[in-house]
Amino acid sequence: MSARLTRDNVAKVADLARLNLSEAELERYTEQLGAVLEHAEDVASLDLDGVPPTAHPLPLVNVLRDDVVVEGVDREEVLSQAPSVEDRRFRVPAILGEEP
Amino acid sequence: MSAVPSTALEIAAAVRSGQLSALEVLNDHLARIDARDGEINAFNLVMADEARAAAVAVDAQVAAGEDPGSLAGVPLALKDNLCTRGIPTTCSSRILEGWRPPYDATVVQRVNAAGAVSIGKTNLDEFAMGSSTENSAFGPTRNPRDTGRVPGGSSGGSAAAVAAGFAPISLGSDTGGSIRQPAALCGVVGVKPTYGMVSRYGLIAFASSLDQIGPFSTTVADSALLLEAIAGHDSRDSTSIDAPAPSLLESLGQGVDGLRIGLVTELMGEGIAPDVAARVRQAADALAAAGAQIGEVSVPAAAYGLSAYYLIAPAEASSNLARYDGVRYGMRVDAPTTAEMNAATRTAGFGDEVKRRIMLGTYALSAGYYDAYYGKALKVRTLIMRDFEKAYADFDLLLTATSPTTAFKFGDKTADPLSMYLNDICTIPTNLAGHPAMSVPFGGGSDGMPVGVQLLAPALGESTMFRAAAVLEAVAPALDEVWS
Repeated sequence: MSARLTRDNVAKVADLARLNLSEAELERYTEQLGAVLEHAEDVASLDLDGVPPTAHPLPLVNVLRDDVVVEGVDREEVLSQAPSVEDRRFRVPAILGEEP
Repeated sequence: MSAVPSTALEIAAAVRSGQLSALEVLNDHLARIDARDGEINAFNLVMADEARAAAVAVDAQVAAGEDPGSLAGVPLALKDNLCTRGIPTTCSSRILEGWRPPYDATVVQRVNAAGAVSIGKTNLDEFAMGSSTENSAFGPTRNPRDTGRVPGGSSGGSAAAVAAGFAPISLGSDTGGSIRQPAALCGVVGVKPTYGMVSRYGLIAFASSLDQIGPFSTTVADSALLLEAIAGHDSRDSTSIDAPAPSLLESLGQGVDGLRIGLVTELMGEGIAPDVAARVRQAADALAAAGAQIGEVSVPAAAYGLSAYYLIAPAEASSNLARYDGVRYGMRVDAPTTAEMNAATRTAGFGDEVKRRIMLGTYALSAGYYDAYYGKALKVRTLIMRDFEKAYADFDLLLTATSPTTAFKFGDKTADPLSMYLNDICTIPTNLAGHPAMSVPFGGGSDGMPVGVQLLAPALGESTMFRAAAVLEAVAPALDEVWS
């Protein structure tokens, strides 16, 4: 079904997940995740044509509440927990490649 | 010697009637924590000052002739993934160290409104990912019955706190067994309610379609009491079931006469330790003696539950944990660009197991693998729900072991993640189906450590499940009763 997990697969996934891994970690995770995926082959190899997927245990669609104004979370309290704030907004480093 | 009773029901009755002060109850429990939590490490944080203020307020209500509520003066421990306003909430992760949530979880509001005294935040496997509490960034919790062994996980701190007498009741969360498995390993009662029965607002998300909050206690009645207090609709959780909270306490004495209870064939054989399987059969005999009809039932798709779960839960986790980016809360490791800052923060902030699950989930969802892994797992979830539906056409409840073994020793399973994941084989199918299940202590294994048996019910079947649990509790062998 699916090819064996490679070190390059894991490196790509780590990049997508915004994790920096050392060479030793890449090797260890390749082995450990490979073992879990091998166990998952019992699912991956099942013939499930025609079976609908279940993403959620409850048959819910478009849950709405009454359009009533309620008090939200306090802005100052939220901002007080941020690593960096400027002008009552979250501050982050450069995002577009300009000089930091 | 203290005159404080051991159960929440008795404590609340004594406090409500003015026989006992909430402060006296609290001080008694704080003393026990002082004496032994250095060894057990059940708590990430003991909220002594806040708890004293809450206890004093409860006593003032009683003095003024008001009723503080069904949990009046009862000390209660909260898993440290439940948000408490202004009080650190860490998920046992470095990435949230020092964070003080700007709001209370709905369950926290509800237990406070019922007069409970929140006594502390309990240790867990980081972000509730694990089965031993060994993945905590703040060191493992030890099993109060044998400190050389794990308490189970991920709600190991909440289970150990109750088993050690630090609090008569506690709250945990259960995504694949994280309430029931530690309850079994520590010898206490643990309940995973029907998905949607308890609001998840303020529960820090791991896998949103599986997570559910539930109680720990030393008695079945105390879990019924606590579940009644936290259940019921909440408009802030869109998956909350729009129905009134169930009446559980009043059903406890009804017995099991005429109930049909099925032993799940797939969860009785390979992979279940013989001493644990023997206790499950003994529990079935006890239920039969009390008037239940016992039979065997096949839930074939349950055999695929573990694989489906370890694709679905990491997939949801990889998405939920994307929010820890060093921008809005928690730690930040500075770097020249935002993308580098995100990666540096996550690399330093997350532990090994969390990284493993994020990567597993990211892989299962990535282009080219989605259909083979995540898509297939969602279809298996349908099969599991169909098989349960068939089983519940013939049976009112199902019975299995909670955990395949009794509590294992530290380090036994940390080197091989798959062997750790296999702990959840009996508990996972329930989460995939969204059904309720609970673990009830039922004697000991050949090593003298507690064994838990698991009762499973169809959605909203809690009251029948609690009836059977009360019967098992009444006839459970003592922990030290030797095998015949």
